[in-house]
Amino acid sequence: MKALTKHRLFWPATALITLLVVNTVANPNFAKVTVQDGQLYGNPINILRESAPLMLVALGMTIVIATRGIDLSVGAVMAVSGAVALTIIDRADDSNRVTVVAIAIVVAVLVALVLGVWNGFLVSVLGIQPIIATLVLMLAGRGAALLITDGFITTVNSDPLSYIASGYLLILPFAFFVWVAAVVIVGLVERRTALGMLTEAVGINPEASRLAGVRSRGIVWSAYVLSGTLAGIAGVIYASNIKAADANAAGYLIELYAILAVVLGGTSLMGGKFSIAGTVIGVLTVQALDSAILFLGVPPAQSPVFFAAVVILVVLLQSPRVHRWGRSLGSSVRRTPQEAPPEVDDDRDADRAENVQKEAVR
Amino acid sequence: MTAVETAQPERRTLTGALGTFTSRHAAVLPTIAAVAILIVLLVGAQMYFGNFLTARNMSALLLDNAYLMVLAVGMTFVIVTAGIDLSVGSVMAFTGIFGASLLASGVPLVIALPAMLVSGAAIGLLIGVLVQYFNVQPFIASLAGLFLGRGLAFVVSLSSIRVEDPALLWLQSTRFRLGDWYITPTGIIAIVAVVIGALVMHFTRFGRTVYAVGGSAQSARLMGLNVARTTVMVYVISGLCGGLAGLVLTAYSGAGYPRNGIGTELDVIAVVVIGGTLLTGGRGYVLGSMIGVFVYGTIKTIISFMGAEQSWTHIIVGGLLLLFIVVQRAIVARSERGS
Repeated sequence: MKALTKHRLFWPATALITLLVVNTVANPNFAKVTVQDGQLYGNPINILRESAPLMLVALGMTIVIATRGIDLSVGAVMAVSGAVALTIIDRADDSNRVTVVAIAIVVAVLVALVLGVWNGFLVSVLGIQPIIATLVLMLAGRGAALLITDGFITTVNSDPLSYIASGYLLILPFAFFVWVAAVVIVGLVERRTALGMLTEAVGINPEASRLAGVRSRGIVWSAYVLSGTLAGIAGVIYASNIKAADANAAGYLIELYAILAVVLGGTSLMGGKFSIAGTVIGVLTVQALDSAILFLGVPPAQSPVFFAAVVILVVLLQSPRVHRWGRSLGSSVRRTPQEAPPEVDDDRDADRAENVQKEAVR
Repeated sequence: MTAVETAQPERRTLTGALGTFTSRHAAVLPTIAAVAILIVLLVGAQMYFGNFLTARNMSALLLDNAYLMVLAVGMTFVIVTAGIDLSVGSVMAFTGIFGASLLASGVPLVIALPAMLVSGAAIGLLIGVLVQYFNVQPFIASLAGLFLGRGLAFVVSLSSIRVEDPALLWLQSTRFRLGDWYITPTGIIAIVAVVIGALVMHFTRFGRTVYAVGGSAQSARLMGLNVARTTVMVYVISGLCGGLAGLVLTAYSGAGYPRNGIGTELDVIAVVVIGGTLLTGGRGYVLGSMIGVFVYGTIKTIISFMGAEQSWTHIIVGGLLLLFIVVQRAIVARSERGS
């Protein structure tokens, strides 16, 4: 039992299961799955389908955060890739041809990859703070997406395109398989090769890993390229879902939801250790919470209040001060209260965190 | 910290007076660059269009960007302490719609105005406490503020609320004229915010502590400065400015709208950086941020003069932001070598 509660995925998984159970008890329709023509429908299936863009973005974000970075530009990259894909399909003679759609998707994802290369260049070669380096593209990206679509919302009717988000493969949605494939590939590459360990080394202590002979530049750079590419695929799925390229709405606030999902999954924003399984749980939690809020009858626009509460709760649970309160509470129950850690620790903790931040800045 | 670096003698002989100036006043350089860019933009636009530098146009520049200027003052305080506040856009939206709904339900402005300011400051206080006492990164803490503000704005109202209150509309419709130049009370609010911000920053103990915290919080703590209070206070100031900007924007648009200010936090960060404030903290000027706002406003006006897509604004501002970040990076690298 102790081993179970100590496992790093225990709390994230408990949160997700609690959320699902409470909602199912409150409203049995929440977990209702129906079979129609050999395909599954229902709210849980919807959660799996609709989590695809967030899952892809959060997956890239996990790796970027592991290198002590952050990628704020993912939403803008989504907007650009959606705009590129739909503009190509829109201008083609026959928007229903599979080859046209395939070319459009490949070009869109390549553009996103180039944007990732750009972010990685700013961070790993020029040494600019990740928040700021990716802020440039976050600001300029949506402008570029608007220019690509001439300021309009490009809509297309293309069966192969809408299959990506709404189609079914066997009994489950195709989009579900897309994100599962991405998670498996990234998981295998990171965990079955040394790359994952090297990424964590760069995130935990850049200086030490440099002295140990780790070429951090390539590792950090590739993290942003991965993040950009996955955001590009996410942009295509989003555009396919609404059958339109909306440069303003595509990926709006997704960087923040992705960061929330990563943190919920137990990956620290200070870099270093990351958990891909944790991110999967985190994304499903965010998506389930979103769907639960809808089931409560709250207008979707008001859901940020709930997410604000979740963010505050999660960061409080992770903060050293609350841990200390928890410890001193535990020890005062078991032993004498004098053994509570002295207050001096407080400053030291703060200083340490600060030093880490300053280092990251450099 | 803020500033003055001792120039090395050999460098002085090599590069002459200019070199001495740049190494002694490295902190001012980005702001001077911003002023230069502003002048180039204004002169260039005047030569290209012929009717750009008119009194009416320049007055409109202040009027249209008053809310941005108010937000930039608060953001400057936060960024100088090496923090960041992503919540300002949604705090502005929330306080704006909150104030509009209070006014619509018959509450007089003398009560609605403090309510707006206090609610903005309260969100700032929440962020500051999370940052200081719970070691939450400013970026994440203010992210919670962003979600909270945006959500609360929609809780107040899902659609826009028109403002009929004469006192609030007076802020916008009154024009104090001097020839063709004019200034509205909202413009005066923005200027007053800048002046107070600059005075506090440079002539009070609190202002000095803000710079000290940004230079190195650890050293500031060892010097006996009250780092905790200062850190919380800068976020409260930023929240307060968010509330004030909500008032200015509501007066400007004549309505509260919960979708106001989406993406404004990015614009504000961009203008503060363009104005010469260092994102790593410790250096920056409120007056510089004002210049940054004017640069932003001028680019926007030029683009609308050309009849081009407004989306170019963000592309150009993003490019300028990049330029300034690279310049800052070079300056920091040089001053580290020098010290």
